[in-house]
Amino acid sequence: MSALNIKRGSTSHSAYDLRDPNAEIIESHTLAVVVDNESGVLARVIGLFSGRGYNIESLTVAETDHARHLSRITIVTTGTPEVIEQIKAQLGRMVPVHEVHDLTVEGPSVQRELALFKVAGKGEARIEALRLAEIFRAHVVDSTLESFVFEMTGTPEKIDSFAELMRPLGLKEIARTGVAALARGV
Amino acid sequence: MTKAMTGARMVVQALKDQGVDVVFGYPGGAVLPIYDEIFQQNDIRHILVRHEQGAVHMAEGYARSTGKVGVALVTSGPGATNAVTGLTDALMDSIPIVVLSGQVPTFMIGTDGFQEADTVGITRPCTKMNWLVKDTAKLSGTIHEAFHVARSGRHGPVLIDIPKDVQFATADYTPMQRARTEHYQPRVKGDIEAITAMVEMLETAERPIFYTGGGVINSGVAASQLLREFVDATGFPITSTLMGLGAYPASGKSWLGMLGMHGLYEANLAMHGCDLMINVGARFDDRITGRIKDFSPHSRKVHIDIDPSSINKVIRVDVPIIGDVGHVLEDALRIWKARGRKVNKEGLAKWWKQIAEWKAVNCLDYKPSTKTIKPQYALQRLEALTKGMDRYITTEVGQHQMWAAQFLGFEGPNRWMTSGGLGTMGYGLPASIGVQVAHPEALVINVAGEASWLMNMQEMGTAMQFRAPVKQFILNNERLGMVRQWQELLHGERYSHSWSESLPDFVKLAEAFGCKGLKVSDPKDLDDAIMEMIRYDGPVIFDCLVEKHENCFPMIPSGKPHNEMLLGEADTQGVIGAKGAVLV
Repeated sequence: MSALNIKRGSTSHSAYDLRDPNAEIIESHTLAVVVDNESGVLARVIGLFSGRGYNIESLTVAETDHARHLSRITIVTTGTPEVIEQIKAQLGRMVPVHEVHDLTVEGPSVQRELALFKVAGKGEARIEALRLAEIFRAHVVDSTLESFVFEMTGTPEKIDSFAELMRPLGLKEIARTGVAALARGV
Repeated sequence: MTKAMTGARMVVQALKDQGVDVVFGYPGGAVLPIYDEIFQQNDIRHILVRHEQGAVHMAEGYARSTGKVGVALVTSGPGATNAVTGLTDALMDSIPIVVLSGQVPTFMIGTDGFQEADTVGITRPCTKMNWLVKDTAKLSGTIHEAFHVARSGRHGPVLIDIPKDVQFATADYTPMQRARTEHYQPRVKGDIEAITAMVEMLETAERPIFYTGGGVINSGVAASQLLREFVDATGFPITSTLMGLGAYPASGKSWLGMLGMHGLYEANLAMHGCDLMINVGARFDDRITGRIKDFSPHSRKVHIDIDPSSINKVIRVDVPIIGDVGHVLEDALRIWKARGRKVNKEGLAKWWKQIAEWKAVNCLDYKPSTKTIKPQYALQRLEALTKGMDRYITTEVGQHQMWAAQFLGFEGPNRWMTSGGLGTMGYGLPASIGVQVAHPEALVINVAGEASWLMNMQEMGTAMQFRAPVKQFILNNERLGMVRQWQELLHGERYSHSWSESLPDFVKLAEAFGCKGLKVSDPKDLDDAIMEMIRYDGPVIFDCLVEKHENCFPMIPSGKPHNEMLLGEADTQGVIGAKGAVLV
């Protein structure tokens, strides 16, 4: 995925972000960080972002190598090219961090997020929700006479658009996992 | 063969194996088993401090003056929270220290137990790395790993939190060689292509300058030697940050003095006007750069740093070289010699001529007085009377610190201990004790202001108890001098809470501690008093009453570039705009 230009004056900033949002182009990058799965490591990474005023758009973490106790953290962050460069250097020098990959610049990657949507409604709205879910390849994982829970996997943009469509049809709640991402090819 | 032992004994054994000969600490409930082990051995000396902040600054002073790792031992809860300022100070100035803290037993963690605090949580942002050890089998390995992390790559403070039950339990000891270190091996060798690019640039540069920092000191004595050889062989001018003083000798022919906010005129103008800047182990701190946009606008910049995150953090550079200063300088010197030791002689001659003109401004000039002691004069006399002695200087933070950096000359590394990045008032007295413990025969002087000094003055008790003959050279202006200076320049001379009222009588205070007190207010008496201080075999509190409203010049006001320095009182009217006033 190529660098995405977020529109100027975007409000998606952390509370600690004192930078002028109109000053420079803000890019969104997806970082994969391989860390020792030890106590406090997630707090260490998150503390770096809050302490230095960087943004976190989404973050997922789980152990991916049980034998070596390694976890993979996928972070979607935004900032000027200089800030993104700093974030990577700051992550890279942390003692429990093994690898830092910028999937946004290291070549094509696949990015997926899982989301659950609870949609309540009757009659036409209920039928329309089900029809749209089919178009988006969302699965029904729970159903009552007045509600559905849809499960969907896709890019964050796809999940955003489905959520927009569901809103007038009785969308009650959304749970999202945040992005998991891998580089394409070997 | 591994040996089974208690966690408390492991701590002492691991410290011995790491070559630790002194620990600065304060006992408490959660570290009693470790103190019991310390009691039963004689290899490691324990210095009982009066406040845990003092212990950490002492460990810093010890580390900075020896090049070894400093160690502090504190109890849980308040013991650990009192260590936070020292840890942050060490993090900002890249000082290798290991702090061991006690913790409530593992089964009580999270219950708000007596003297419980989330120590690893609190210290996570102010350590390079920290660990809570919940299993005695992992304790000794973790301590060895901690020493490795503290002194590898960019040095820094680490903390190990040890619950009391872990200290009592028994497990096998992990020797140093078997501890986990392979996961943290920062790169020390610089990229040869980048180093060659730097050499090519310095062969043709017309107006080059070396700008060096604390990284040279941290790299070790050999790095300072290489730097001297390189500077003297090329004939390039050299300036240094506050943290790097002594890496190149103050008496060296290429020395321009310190740069930065209160740096020398010639150093700052040379930085502004150079065409090649070689940053060796410095980090473009805001005290150095002034207004970023106008920082050294016409130069190509090389940056040698062991920490990749320092590169392009503040100033974008043309040639980044990630590696240890010593290794990089060694390679650079070898390549430069092999290519025929070329420099642009003609350009350099012109450049030095220009620098000589700036030097002629005599920027450290001040109005002398026969009635009151000018702080600059006090430091000039201190310098003259102690030069050539086996001397170590620590400082507190403020005007006196800047004057000390301007007026004292350092001929070698590890002789100058000051709180640069964090600017911690109260650093100097405990640091001086840490230095003195490491160098019992040396002359250790803490150049202080009275306000800073009061912040950790309880440590005079430590100095007395352990016979550390530290000299507390207090430039007493009865003011928070630097705060007062900023209020004069920025806040319409409204001196809000920046004077020290109800000061103690420092001579009586010295007597109360059982040491010597000296008080001087007449310039005529100064030399004799300084000599009396030096000759006295024990700690001295020297109350030097100085001019109350002296300002520290030169000064680059916040938000201004290097070429807009203030040289004296006449330059100060309305120079700092609203934008500059926001900055610190």
